[in-house]
Amino acid sequence: MEQITAIVSGAMIAGSFYLLMRRSLLRFVIGLILLSNGVNLLIFTMGRLIRTQPPIIPEGAKVPPEPFANPLPQALILTAIVISFGLLAFTLVLVYRHFAAGTSIESDDVRASEPTEPLDVDDQARRLPA
Amino acid sequence: MLVAVLSIFVGAALAPLLVRLLGRAAGWVLGLLPLGVFVYFAQTLPQIAHGESLRQTYEWLPLLETPLSFYLDGLSLLFALLVTGIGALIVVYAGGYLAHHHQLGRFYVQLLSFMGAMLGLVVADNVFVFFIFFELTSLTSYLLIGFYHTEEGSRRAARKALIVTGGGGLALLGGLVLLGGVAGTWEFSRMLDLGASVQGHPYYLAIFILVCAGAFTKSAQFPFHFWLPAAMAGPTPVSAYLHSATMVKAGVFLLARLHPVLGGTALWTGTLGLFGGFTMLMSAWLALRYTDLKQILAYTTVMVLGLLTMLLGIGTEAAITAMVTFTVVHALYKGGLFMMAGNIDHGTGTRDLLELGGLWAAMPWTMAGGVATGLSMAGIPPLFGFIGKEVTYEAALHMHTWGLLVLVASVLANVALVGAGLLVGLTPFIGEVKGAFTRDPHEATPSMWVGPLILGIGGLAFGLYPSSIDHTLLQAAQAGILQESHEVHLALWHGITPAFIASLVTFALGGVVYAFWQGLRVSAFMEGVGAVFGWGPGEVFERGLYGGVHLSGAITRRVQNGQFRWYLCATFLSLLVLVGGGMLAGGGGAEFSFSGEIRYYEVALATLILLSIAAAVRTHDRFVAILALSVGGYGVALVYLLFGAPDLAMTQFAVETLTLILLVIVIVHLPGIQGDESIGVRLRDGLVAAGCGALLTTIMSVVIQTSLDLRVSDYLAQKSYTEAEGHNIVNVILVDFRGLDTMGEITVLAIAAIGVYVLMRMPRQKKPSLAAGTSVAASRSDAAETETD
Repeated sequence: MEQITAIVSGAMIAGSFYLLMRRSLLRFVIGLILLSNGVNLLIFTMGRLIRTQPPIIPEGAKVPPEPFANPLPQALILTAIVISFGLLAFTLVLVYRHFAAGTSIESDDVRASEPTEPLDVDDQARRLPA
Repeated sequence: MLVAVLSIFVGAALAPLLVRLLGRAAGWVLGLLPLGVFVYFAQTLPQIAHGESLRQTYEWLPLLETPLSFYLDGLSLLFALLVTGIGALIVVYAGGYLAHHHQLGRFYVQLLSFMGAMLGLVVADNVFVFFIFFELTSLTSYLLIGFYHTEEGSRRAARKALIVTGGGGLALLGGLVLLGGVAGTWEFSRMLDLGASVQGHPYYLAIFILVCAGAFTKSAQFPFHFWLPAAMAGPTPVSAYLHSATMVKAGVFLLARLHPVLGGTALWTGTLGLFGGFTMLMSAWLALRYTDLKQILAYTTVMVLGLLTMLLGIGTEAAITAMVTFTVVHALYKGGLFMMAGNIDHGTGTRDLLELGGLWAAMPWTMAGGVATGLSMAGIPPLFGFIGKEVTYEAALHMHTWGLLVLVASVLANVALVGAGLLVGLTPFIGEVKGAFTRDPHEATPSMWVGPLILGIGGLAFGLYPSSIDHTLLQAAQAGILQESHEVHLALWHGITPAFIASLVTFALGGVVYAFWQGLRVSAFMEGVGAVFGWGPGEVFERGLYGGVHLSGAITRRVQNGQFRWYLCATFLSLLVLVGGGMLAGGGGAEFSFSGEIRYYEVALATLILLSIAAAVRTHDRFVAILALSVGGYGVALVYLLFGAPDLAMTQFAVETLTLILLVIVIVHLPGIQGDESIGVRLRDGLVAAGCGALLTTIMSVVIQTSLDLRVSDYLAQKSYTEAEGHNIVNVILVDFRGLDTMGEITVLAIAAIGVYVLMRMPRQKKPSLAAGTSVAASRSDAAETETD
């Protein structure tokens, strides 16, 4: 079964990469959500899959009965799910505020730190002595 | 010697204070410092001339085996005396030349720092100490050339000098490290008798090339000669000191210092002879193209550096005699002539030969120094320059092979030098005043004419009484280069020898050059020489430099084009190429086998998720995309549920629902997905994304087939109840074993929540209309245009 989740996880990440590279910031956000799901699935798969038995110690026992699912990746993913929700909320609000301040939600228009005006070197080059 | 070198740096530090206290008279006081050091070195002369050498070592960095060690033999002493002696005159001169400049203090800091570095360079014994001083001279030279830093030409010239000499310095460092490794010592004084073993080593060629790169750039040999005439943009005291008598000779000094180690081979003789000889001949004639006094002097300096390099290449006893003699000859006349040129510039407002003439009445003291040094440059007896020329011819005549060629080249170069010497030393003073000067011609202050006068008298004195230094200083310097003692005997009159006849020929042709200079200067021949050699390498350098700026500009604009999606694409592509390529290169393939039990509902679930991904990627309807996304998310939650992770499933269900609600709330306020990128871009992105996905799936498949180390998981499972009294192991990990991590996670969420809250509560800015945006952009580009203009 790990092979199948590996394919699903790979497909999710491929889809998310494609969406992240789109011009529309909306698609970028969707890609972000897809990416976190894909990566979580990847971590889950890497911890190996075991059907039905969760890592829970029954009443009266001191250790869980074998075989039980690997608890370590579960703990990691639990954290990751929550964190990526926080990230999503923040990103979404950023996109919203960006739209509210401007006119578009295209990533190409987000370039306050990299304006389209010519670089300094162009100025210098223009002063090259003949 | 450490004290001598350090005292000059201390003087540099105190100079601004002195200038503030004493004003323009500070030059006279500061000049006492190099004079004192000159006297200190001069009093070692009897000892050194006797064939001894001094060595002093101070532990500095014992762990790095880099002591501050100094070595004083005849060669070092000769240069140390030039550096401090001429340095004293220059310090005095600068006080007059820059008397009205508001940054005289700063100038002295730079000049004296250079002097200290140059002095350290010539007396250094340790290779690294030498190198540090060598680089310090490049740096201080950079500052001094660019002293008039408000002028673009000065900055450009300074940068040119720094790049050329600094680049050479880098090569030199490589050469010196190799040399030290091969010789097994980092002290020059211990290398001197290891010539045979170094020259037999396979690294000899590499050492030689790297050392030559350092020396040729520093001493402005072809094709690196172009930086020196450009460096004339600096103040005249700098030209007189650094770019005639001292710094540019550092390369020649280096070659002389390493002559016993590297010299004497056919490679050495051929390379130095060829480059030196060519530089000499080329620059001597290039000098005649110019009418600016300083340019003529700069090119003749390059000519002398070429001559000295050539003589070092020849390396015979006679050649080294000529080399050490000419070093002194040149230092005496060239420093004086530069100062004279500065005086004329100061007194009349021009340095152009075509405008100069008849200054004999207005500037008598400057004329005295100028004529004496100019005639020495022209090699007219009884000045020292005549002897310098004679011994050069002697060296050529003593050669077994190629002697005739060297003689002809030397005569041709000296013909130009005679012309240039007469032009610079005589023309400004004799004849009639040619036109109105911008300033009323007047004599310079004593601080400015005393230097040329002393150097002129020196040239005359050594010419009349060469015996005053030939047995002592010059002989010791020659012994330092050759590592064996020969008698050096100089005389003004040798009788009618072949060298004397060559001198007569030189005078005759030089006189012709002087008489017909006006026509020669603009002749097609000189134009051609100038175009090919004078202009060529410098232009290649400039074009290369700006080409580099252009290229990096073009690359920057292409790579950092401000498009976020391109940055992501580049990142993903790098991941694909580096990791995927690495796996392919390592031969690590994966065998994809569906082992183990697979149930039909699991396949159905996987198919559902895959379909939802496809829908989310393909759709243009934002609500369809969100729904597809949610289907995929709930699908993943089911996977968690099926494989023993109920906590994850619950969390995923909750978060997925929240995400859906959040998305719907926000997205209704946003415009939809507008249009697609071009098919090419989509294809590119699709291939990159699919490649990355395939790569990750492959990696996962490889990892699955390895055995999993479960020690941590087992430890946690064993201790979960016994240590933490919890039944749910995942919960125990989160709140107990890794409680601090969870605390961090909560903090992150809190920060995100605060961020969201603040962003939502921010006052809504007024949307700039499209027209307003255009006008803002237009005004910005206007501002940029104004700046450029």
